Amino acid sequence: MATTTEPSRPAAPRVVAQYGASARPVGGTAFETFSWYFFRWSGVVLLFLVIIHLILMHVVTDVSMTTYTFVQHRYQNPFWRVYDLVLLTLALLHGLNGLRIIADDYIHTRGWRVFAQSVLGLTVVTFWLMGTLTIVMFPTK
Amino acid sequence: MSTATRTPAAARRSGADLLAVAIKVKRYQPDRSDKPYWQEFQLQVEPKDRLVDALNQIKWEQDGTLTFRRSCLHGVCGSDAMRVNGRNRLACKLLMKDVGTRITIEPMLGFPVIRDLVVDMDPFFAKYEKVKPFLINDEPAPAAERLQSAEERARYDDTTKCILCGACTGSCPSVWANRDWVGPASIVNAHRFIFDSRDRAAGERLRILGDRNGVWRCRTIFNCTEACPRGIHVTDAIEEVKRAIMYGSTETE
Repeated sequence: MATTTEPSRPAAPRVVAQYGASARPVGGTAFETFSWYFFRWSGVVLLFLVIIHLILMHVVTDVSMTTYTFVQHRYQNPFWRVYDLVLLTLALLHGLNGLRIIADDYIHTRGWRVFAQSVLGLTVVTFWLMGTLTIVMFPTK
Repeated sequence: MSTATRTPAAARRSGADLLAVAIKVKRYQPDRSDKPYWQEFQLQVEPKDRLVDALNQIKWEQDGTLTFRRSCLHGVCGSDAMRVNGRNRLACKLLMKDVGTRITIEPMLGFPVIRDLVVDMDPFFAKYEKVKPFLINDEPAPAAERLQSAEERARYDDTTKCILCGACTGSCPSVWANRDWVGPASIVNAHRFIFDSRDRAAGERLRILGDRNGVWRCRTIFNCTEACPRGIHVTDAIEEVKRAIMYGSTETE
């Protein structure tokens, strides 16, 4: 810094390493970025999954017809088990993420925020396990 | 001296085309009451008076305790941002003929109120400093200057216009909910350096803005863009920073 610049000195080469194509966040965690991105694409995917689910289960099939045997028949095709598992997982995580951000915004005491988010996380894990157990273990016979 | 500058204004206000306006101000005088209260002032103003002239008229002729910040009076210093009829505005950039005859004025939301319309800007500037709003480049300086093309300069031109009045941050519902959030003004000023070809600390700023209270708390409500007295496309700037974090690049298009 203290060196005086001489008139003959060539201009410093332009370094573009940290600007332009490679200006990535340096250090830190990418969790918030990932969470934001997940929020977006899971929302788009859920839109289709939920609409198709609603049409098949509530419009095409009358609600009075969605009986135990109906589900048994439906789950003979593993595609619907996978479909329901994806729907369950994405819906729970998408909802969890939204509630997590609301907690981040409105709960300003660190302790209470950690508490609220732990309760949220546990609730989601519980619901996911219950749903997954049903989807995977539902007997077809 | 002060009377000499005020008398012509009073004389000018004797014309026939004066507007009768009622200005309701949310007052807070901590030495008188713990609670804020509303007070209405009736006054006659010229249609081409600015709102800040009307406030001065109240202060000089009706109630000297009315407290508000103002400095340059020309929309450059950013002192007199306040909530006018529910929207953040600079009182020196609003003409009385445009603002209606019943006006409600409050201090900006999202800031602690010190007195009347004066809010505590310290947290605002602390957040501003957090994004390192200065040029960072440790490479040896060239003999003459760090050259920049017109295109490179145009890249961040919009965000150089910020006067740090706080109108955007005070209009942001995400800030109202979470005062720890960095807020639109800080992101605008980070944008000004992140997209500057001479700067070398984009990565550091993008890390700061990628955290919990960084850009992801922006819900693209656009209040900031609407409030900005300088016409900065604030939400666009925030989205550009989001994109830079997302794609690891400050290049557009």
